[in-house]
Amino acid sequence: MCCSRIFGVVKTVGSTQPAVGKMKQSWWKISSVILLVYTIIGGLLLEVPRLSIVNETIRALYFHVPMWFGMVFMFLVSIIYAVRYLRNPNRESDVVSVEFANTGLLFGILGIFTGMVWANYTWGSPWHGDPKQNGAAITLLVYLAYFVLRASVENEEQRARLSAVYNIFAFAAMVPLIFIIPRLQDSMHPGSGGNPGFNMYDLDSKMRVVFYPACIGWILLGGWIATLRIRMRTIDDKMNELDDEKNH
Amino acid sequence: MDKLKTLIAKEFTLELRRKSVISGLALYLFSIIFICYLTFSLRQNLITPLVWTALFWITVLFTAVNTVAKSFIGERKGRDIYYYSVTSPASIIISKIIYNFLLCSLMSFTGFFLFILFLGNPVFDQFLFAIVIVLTSMGFASSLTLLSSIASKANNSSILMAVLSFPVVISILLMAVKVTKNCIDGLDRSVSWDEILILLAINCLVAAASYVLFPYIWRS
Repeated sequence: MCCSRIFGVVKTVGSTQPAVGKMKQSWWKISSVILLVYTIIGGLLLEVPRLSIVNETIRALYFHVPMWFGMVFMFLVSIIYAVRYLRNPNRESDVVSVEFANTGLLFGILGIFTGMVWANYTWGSPWHGDPKQNGAAITLLVYLAYFVLRASVENEEQRARLSAVYNIFAFAAMVPLIFIIPRLQDSMHPGSGGNPGFNMYDLDSKMRVVFYPACIGWILLGGWIATLRIRMRTIDDKMNELDDEKNH
Repeated sequence: MDKLKTLIAKEFTLELRRKSVISGLALYLFSIIFICYLTFSLRQNLITPLVWTALFWITVLFTAVNTVAKSFIGERKGRDIYYYSVTSPASIIISKIIYNFLLCSLMSFTGFFLFILFLGNPVFDQFLFAIVIVLTSMGFASSLTLLSSIASKANNSSILMAVLSFPVVISILLMAVKVTKNCIDGLDRSVSWDEILILLAINCLVAAASYVLFPYIWRS
C-alpha cells in the first residue's frame, strides 16, 4: 500500500528521528507548498484562452476541478483502509479511514462552493439544479450519513465495523451517481452535454502547465491535512488511555 | 439451496403468523395514497404526468423503506445466535433479499393499483412499467436489506434507516423516474433500453456489495 508508506501514518507519532530522515519524510509536504504557491501565482497571472461568457472565470479550473480529484482520491484512500479494517480489525486503519473521509468531505464542500461562485457569474445563479451539482450534493449526503452512523453507535469496535461496511457500500452506490448518470443527462457543465471541456479550448496546452501541478498540489495538501488529523486523534486516544489508567 | 428454501419459507410463515405487520404496511400504503387523493381531489387537473410520477415513486420509496426496515430491526436478540449456529451469513442475506424483493414487488403493484383507482392511470406502456417496478423493487430490496442490518445494530435505528438509505437508493430512483416518464409518453421501448440496462447493472452492483459485506456485520 503505497499511501501508508508515503504518508507514514501513525508510526511517526512521537518518534525522534535525525533531521535528514525528517527531510526525507517531508519532501511531499514541501512539494505540496511549492506546487500550490505556483498554482496561485501562475493560475492568477499566466495567460488563459479568451472565451465569451466564461472570460476570466476559466481560472476556476485550477481551484474547482482539483477539489473533485482530491475528494475522489481521499474517499478512495478511506475505502482502502475500510477494506483493510474488515480484513484485519485494528484501530489504526479505522482512524485513517475516518480522517480521510473527513478530509474528502472538506474537499467536496469546497468543490461545491467554488462551483457555486463560478456558476453565479457564468450561469447567472449559484444553484442551477444541474445534474453535476445534484450528484455532488448527494455524494456529500452519503458521507454526512456516514458520520451520523458513527455518532449513533456507542461500542467502539462495532462503530468501526459498521461504518467501514457503510463506507464501502456507499462508495459502490455513489459510482453510478457521479460517474455514469451525469453523462446520460443534459448538463450545462463544461465537458458534458455538448459543452466543450477545457481540452477543447486549451489547444496550445497553456492551461495544462498549471492544471496538472494544481491537481497534484491539492491532493498532497489533502493528504497532509489528513495525516495531521490522524496524529491528533492518535495522541488524543493515548491521553485518554493514560487518564483512564490514572483513575483506576 | 435447500437451506435457502427453508429460510424463505420461514420468513413467509413468520409473516403470515403475525398478520398485524403486513396489514399495517398495507394500511400505511393506503393512507399515503388516500392523502394524495384527498389533497388533489378538488383539482384533478393538477395531476400532470410528472406529478403522478413523483407521487408514485415517493410513495413506493417510503413503503419500501418501512417494509425492509423491519427485516432486521424486528428480530429478537436471541434468534441471531440461533441462526449463527445453524446457517451461513450468505444464505441469510440471500434469503432475506429474495423475500424482501417479493414483498416490495407486492407492495409496489398494490400501490400501482391503488394509484389507478384514486389518481387515474397515465401510463401508456403498462408492460415496460411493470418491468421497471420489478427491477426497482429488486434494487430496493438488495440495498435496503443490508442497510437495515446496519441500522439494527445502532441506536435510534428508525431514523438512521432513513438517513442511510436515501442517498444510496437515489440513483435507482432517478433511473426509475426517467423510464416512467418514457412509459407515460408512450415512447418506443428502444428509447428506455439504456436506462433499463443501467438499472439492472446498479442492482447487480448493490446486490454483490451486500453479499460480500453482510458477513462482517453479522459477526458481532
